[in-house]
Amino acid sequence: MHVPDGFINAPTSVATGVVAAGALAVALRKAGDELDEKTAPMAGLVAAFIFATQMLNFPVGAGTSGHLLGGALAAVLVGPWTAILCMSTVLLVQSLLFADGGLTALGTNVTLMGIVTVAVGWGIVKIVTVVGPNSPKTVVAGAGLGALISVPAAAFAFVGLFEFGGTADIRLSTLMAAMVGWHVLIGVGEAVITALTVSSVLAVRPDLVYAARHLLSTRPLEIRTHTKPATS
Amino acid sequence: MTTESTSRVSPRSGPSTRTFAVIAVLVCLALAGLASYYASGHPDGLNKVAADQGLAAKEKSSVAADSPLAGYSTQDVSNDRLSGGIAGVVGVTVVLLGASGLAYVVRRRAASSEN
Repeated sequence: MHVPDGFINAPTSVATGVVAAGALAVALRKAGDELDEKTAPMAGLVAAFIFATQMLNFPVGAGTSGHLLGGALAAVLVGPWTAILCMSTVLLVQSLLFADGGLTALGTNVTLMGIVTVAVGWGIVKIVTVVGPNSPKTVVAGAGLGALISVPAAAFAFVGLFEFGGTADIRLSTLMAAMVGWHVLIGVGEAVITALTVSSVLAVRPDLVYAARHLLSTRPLEIRTHTKPATS
Repeated sequence: MTTESTSRVSPRSGPSTRTFAVIAVLVCLALAGLASYYASGHPDGLNKVAADQGLAAKEKSSVAADSPLAGYSTQDVSNDRLSGGIAGVVGVTVVLLGASGLAYVVRRRAASSEN
């Protein structure tokens, strides 16, 4: 979904640049709370995995392909604020080294693929893990559902931006149907890759999955409150 | 299913973080360096829509288009498999170092502001 230069006009690109910079500034502060001895090494690995997987376009029919965006996956593995940093790193490198996604469109791409997918994906994961039973399967299901919806959500956001600052005259309903339609299909691939990756990490090192920490911390916390009631 | 029992498994039962990281890096290098050759060459969702709706003509070439790795192929390497593979391996390395460095700096700054 990397937006090249020329699709979105200059004022809208400046606006998305401001949005992206603002979100990054907040993420740089808030990620400090997420990054501990476990998340810190994971951040680099998650970003590298998303970069690698984004190279693997899968066919979705009629001469069209899609690739993982990875926002939901990153949020589940390292937390939402660190996920924004991971996604932004990937998008910056892609833009500068590989000319994938325009440089003036970097703010747009960070907003769509680095912020919208993370926010939507993480929001859904939180809802599913709060509502669902306390089990690793719930985390996997939430990750898959979050991934599934995050992709058409990003497509929807692109159409919204295009309405403000698109450089071609395309009917809103036509663009919406085409963009959301294709990205629902791509979202299915996103959900499969995300669920497989999260369940693989859960199988070998469940403690490295940020969204599954509540499952592991339950028992030690109970013991502590019984043995040391006075400590805060 | 293995995931069934993981909630009861102690965090220390799996491979060490170092082993996990080494395997993860190897997986990333294999995906970007080898598997990427087999990726679909069709346009992605946005590019397809842009082509169908006449938006593709508005595309401007990126200032980074002259990068030796532009388009995930390595300049002056004619073998497709090698050209894409080098681009993938370089990309994974740069992203890994960049994001790890960023996480390190953010974590250190957060730790020092707490003390």
